[in-house]
Amino acid sequence: MRQNYLLLTRRRVLLTAAGAGLASLAPAAEATEAAMTEAIRQLIGEAPLEPGKVKLELPSIVENGNTVPLTVSVESPMTQADHVESIHIFNEKNPQPFVAAVHLGPRAGKAYVATRIRLADSQRIVAIARLSDGSFCSGSADVIVTLAACTEQ
Amino acid sequence: MARVLINFPQRAKRGDIIEIKTLIQHPMETGYRLDNKGAAIPRDIINCFTCTYNGEEVFRAELFPAISANPFIAFSTVATQSGELVFSWSADRSQTQTETRQITVE
Repeated sequence: MRQNYLLLTRRRVLLTAAGAGLASLAPAAEATEAAMTEAIRQLIGEAPLEPGKVKLELPSIVENGNTVPLTVSVESPMTQADHVESIHIFNEKNPQPFVAAVHLGPRAGKAYVATRIRLADSQRIVAIARLSDGSFCSGSADVIVTLAACTEQ
Repeated sequence: MARVLINFPQRAKRGDIIEIKTLIQHPMETGYRLDNKGAAIPRDIINCFTCTYNGEEVFRAELFPAISANPFIAFSTVATQSGELVFSWSADRSQTQTETRQITVE
């Protein structure tokens, strides 16, 4: 028992050391909630954000973080005077806070985009739409990821 | 040249909103992975996708490493007139790939 305990700790120490070595080699760091907030701040500046208008559809429990279907839609008439100009998607815990940015116009007919994304951990996904009048609205969804997208191997 | 799948109704009524689904074969290497010698595998992703309808840009997406391998993108557009849809994917390292498809609008 005692030996086992020792082994475990030794293994853990080795793993930690290896992990530290890898971390120093791996380029760039990990995104955090703060990084996402900062990325959003860069997009919208000091403008107010109206929550709820953007609809994100993705499974609430994800078995494979390497490919997660994601659909974003915004309620908008998509006319010349009132349309969604762009939709920006952010995440909290991938290495980078950015997922995608799509640019639309009245020619789109409806504000809609679907894609497949990678998720490194259980986290919140945020989508922000820039409307033609210069205002912003947002939507978010929480996801539980059981198998994370591989960022190291 | 990577394999590409593009799917949308070939014939549409004027004013219809059609959905366009696209998929391209690409590893979308994130730049965060290490090879078996511990060296970082350089980033190689499709960073931009555009769709033009008779020369006018109707959709553009900037992509980041968080997009899955073999990126799938679906979007919509209004069928305004017969003509051609041009899809182009530009990547960090490989060549830009362009595909053209015809649409008939009645």
